[in-house]
Amino acid sequence: MNITATLIGQMLFFVVFVWFTMKFVWPLITTAMAERQKKIADGLAAADRAAKDLELAQDKATAALREAKEEAGKIIELANKRAAEIVDEAKQQARAEGDRILAAAKAEVDQEAHRAREQLRKQVSALAVAGAEKILAKSVDQKAHSDLLEKLAAEL
Amino acid sequence: MASGTITSTEYIQHHLTNLVYGKLPAGHVGHDGVMLTQDTWTFAHSSQEIAAMGFWAFQVDSLGWALALAILLGTAFRWAAVKASQTTASAPSGLANFLEMAIEFIDNQVKDTFQHKNPIVAPIALTLFTWIFLMNTMDLLPIDVVPKIAAAVAGNDHLFFKVVPTTDPNITLGMALAVFLLVLWYSFTRKGLVGFIKELTLHPFSAKNPVVQAIFIPVNLALELVNLLAKPISLGLRLFGNMYAGEMIFILIALMYSGGWLIATAGDFFAGLGGTLMFVGGGLLQFVWAVFHILVITLQAFIFTILTVVYLSMAHDVADEHH
Repeated sequence: MNITATLIGQMLFFVVFVWFTMKFVWPLITTAMAERQKKIADGLAAADRAAKDLELAQDKATAALREAKEEAGKIIELANKRAAEIVDEAKQQARAEGDRILAAAKAEVDQEAHRAREQLRKQVSALAVAGAEKILAKSVDQKAHSDLLEKLAAEL
Repeated sequence: MASGTITSTEYIQHHLTNLVYGKLPAGHVGHDGVMLTQDTWTFAHSSQEIAAMGFWAFQVDSLGWALALAILLGTAFRWAAVKASQTTASAPSGLANFLEMAIEFIDNQVKDTFQHKNPIVAPIALTLFTWIFLMNTMDLLPIDVVPKIAAAVAGNDHLFFKVVPTTDPNITLGMALAVFLLVLWYSFTRKGLVGFIKELTLHPFSAKNPVVQAIFIPVNLALELVNLLAKPISLGLRLFGNMYAGEMIFILIALMYSGGWLIATAGDFFAGLGGTLMFVGGGLLQFVWAVFHILVITLQAFIFTILTVVYLSMAHDVADEHH
């Protein structure tokens, strides 16, 4: 173990090496690393923000969906109600129409029956007169007996 | 062991001797028996020649490895720095990532330890930590491999060649001294001459009475000077001692290992058995010690670095602050 000029040589190497590191390595790399750190921090912050935005958007979407569902429900309900109403109306109309047709038919039937009865009555009175004429074998004064005949016809 | 002809002592001695280029003084009788007529710069051929060179000698292997590793590190860091500054948008990968981790680690350590503003401290810490770590790591290379290659390249079987720069006190003390000079410089510039002298003379003993204080001053000065001078010496010698001891154990294990080989091949059955045990045990020990040494390597590099930062931090402390 002897101290030699190597000591001085090593001191020189050391100084030069430190100078090199200080000049060409340290500032460059620490700046770059700080810059990258900032970028990473920014990126993380952006990611956080994006996550929050996403959450917000999802909330909004869920709300919109719910609203739409509610609206659709309302519309369906309304449609159902309207359909029921239409059916009811149709039923009522149909019933009224039926009633009307029935009534008209009845009236017609009544009329026909009445007419037939009138005809029958006339024919019966004529038949009765003809029968009586034949029975009495003499001409009956139609005018003198018309009241009687009419009474007879009305009784039929 | 290189061959059966050299003894264990020679083997150890050989491994502990540097490749030295220095100035042999006039009048020195060289290894070939010729007396030098004037001062000559040459490679030393023996430890006697190294001793004869005195101060004017360079440990070529230590300096060479230190410089080679410094260039390697400097290139790697420069590459990482350029890459980092070009690609701040993407994540670093591989070696660049590793180097950035090292830088961040050092940066955090320095920020924790060094509270003052000085742009030189963090680069010093980075340089010291990575450089010493790499120089120490050379210890993990198998102890004979690089010297053998060097000997083959130089064509000289007896070439001295040490691989671990930090087992050379010149290297460790060189860095420690440079740190010490910085400590002195910042002590002067931050505290002023008066502040620095005050710090050396008024602590640790002080008194209200001026007469007693006057008696205390030389005592304080002696204590503080020892304290001050102990810093670079302990800094340099701690690293040197640890690495030297570690390498010594590697050498001893290598001796046991190759000795086992020699005994095992001697022919006798029991010698063969014992030799084989030594051979295998030596190999195992080599592995175990290398694994343990990883810890020592890192720890010593870290201690040197952190102590440097602490010393520089103390140099920046103005006396009034730490009452």
